[in-house]
Amino acid sequence: MGITFRQETFRDDFSFANSPEHIRRFPFPFHEDSYMYAVNIEPHVAGPKGSVLEHPIDVDEHYVSEMQDRALVLAEDPLRCQSLPHMTLAGWDLLELLMTAKAESYPEHFSLTRDGDRWHWVNRPLGIDDRFTFGDVATLPYGPMEYITRQSQGDFCLLDQRDGNLWMDAGIVTTQADWSLDFDIGMNFFEWHAPVPLAHEKGIFTRALKFLLNVQQGRPARRLNWTMTINPRLDTSPENYHKWGPDRTTVTPENVGHKVHLRVELQSFWRLPRSNGLVFPIRCYLISMDELVTSRKWARRLHRVIRDLPDEIAAYKGLTRYRATLIEWLSAHDDGAPTSPGFGPD
Amino acid sequence: MPPQSIISRPVYGMLSPQPGREHLFVADAQGAEAILDMAAAAPDGFFAGAQIVYIPRDADPSLAERLKALSPAMFYEGPSVAAAMPRLRQTLATARMGLRVYLAGTEGLIGQAMQAALEAGIDHSSIQTEHRGSLARRVQCVHCKGITEDVTTQPVTCAHCGLLLFVRDHYSRRIAAFQGVCINAEDPSEIPPAEEAFR
Ligand code: HEM
Repeated sequence: MGITFRQETFRDDFSFANSPEHIRRFPFPFHEDSYMYAVNIEPHVAGPKGSVLEHPIDVDEHYVSEMQDRALVLAEDPLRCQSLPHMTLAGWDLLELLMTAKAESYPEHFSLTRDGDRWHWVNRPLGIDDRFTFGDVATLPYGPMEYITRQSQGDFCLLDQRDGNLWMDAGIVTTQADWSLDFDIGMNFFEWHAPVPLAHEKGIFTRALKFLLNVQQGRPARRLNWTMTINPRLDTSPENYHKWGPDRTTVTPENVGHKVHLRVELQSFWRLPRSNGLVFPIRCYLISMDELVTSRKWARRLHRVIRDLPDEIAAYKGLTRYRATLIEWLSAHDDGAPTSPGFGPD
Repeated sequence: MPPQSIISRPVYGMLSPQPGREHLFVADAQGAEAILDMAAAAPDGFFAGAQIVYIPRDADPSLAERLKALSPAMFYEGPSVAAAMPRLRQTLATARMGLRVYLAGTEGLIGQAMQAALEAGIDHSSIQTEHRGSLARRVQCVHCKGITEDVTTQPVTCAHCGLLLFVRDHYSRRIAAFQGVCINAEDPSEIPPAEEAFR
């Protein structure tokens, strides 16, 4: 049984929604009733069947519509996809990783046939059937990174590893939580993290970098990050902030349930075999408050997390303007009962 | 000196005479003083192999005269950084191995000249920088990508698209600019007054 792909939008009429099964599999990011930045990295090993961690690269019911949204963003702003000249090999590494992972996990939707360098890729949901020569850019309609990431949910950063640091030298970024690839490209790990409050002082980035520099091929790692978004909008870029920013003023007690979304990023880290670079997929999952509170535990916990969040973090995540309204709304879903440890719904 | 709290911002040093025969100085406004101070410590004949590119801006005209008095092999005085860039790129492109580069003055000048030097393949380690004078920032509008020069206020109006920008403490060496993000995107009716912030 394959996935039934939804036809939906992440802009204009915002018809995005999660099916009941997708609500259950949502990667809720809080394992306790409070939140603080930490080096929350763990091995990217397979999770329970049906969860977003079942497969190394998750494909879900939003796949086709997300790829349509990405195409719209790229048509408007080609600077969302950039690759410095030395990153082409890493792009091929990424193409291989994503094609093999998809074909293995979802044979009913994707297939890859390899005869030496002659590859045949079939992507049924998007109606793609291409033959190309691995390593020969002229045989693909885009560069290898852009070609495969136009067919893969989530943003991707390709990092070059040199001088004991990671350099953001390529990427495709159309579903981001308010940061600019065009501005950050070419920066190192500390530089692109410069705007984050509190975490530098806690030594989080020094420890995180040390970990990342040692990620081994075949042993990927992952972490969750989160923020909130008004309306299920994927493209919350700084480039378009003047267009989506006004949404934050539209939150009222009556519309919190369908306007306010928890936005969770499943971030993973993979060593690439030929280039020795790293790829950092940032996969975004959205869930409306109405959908989220169908789990009593998640409702209670999210209320407590948002209520007690340090102001600097709330400001950095852009919650300030509607935080009080949200807390008030969530409080009606929190009876004060204790929550069980761990991420899952009850 | 600018505060060092901005992690993505380069750390500037102090010019000092480097070994080698060929030296290229690029400076604007008070940056001339950094060259003159360094000259006091330079060995005899140092400037015989030196080129100086200087943009006086609103600095005291005597600074240009004193630079000339160092008798460099070449002295160029330009009306603006933008006007000086094409010839600077040409000089860098035809530079011989071992050229030492010295950048002094405003952050905008250092950033742009650094960018040109790196693009020309000059190694990081043969470039020295010293910040002097105004703390005015070069700001890239994240929305329209246009660059506004010599920004001293917070917020500032983008010279290209007209959005009112908050100047973030986030600096890109590649673009040689700070990032400007619309300050009243959420509610355009909020118009915070512009205050002198970077002098
Ligand atoms: C190479 C992999 C990584 C890339 C490409 C990356 C990229 C980014 C970017 C672009 C931002 C937004 C910064 C801004 O506001 O402009 C960010 C935020 C952040 N990153 Fe990373 N990151 C990586 C790995 C990590 C790791 C391993 C940690 C571990 C602790 C981490 C922790 C954070 C935190 C705490 C934030 C602030 C997020 C928030 O509060 O919403 N990052 N990252």
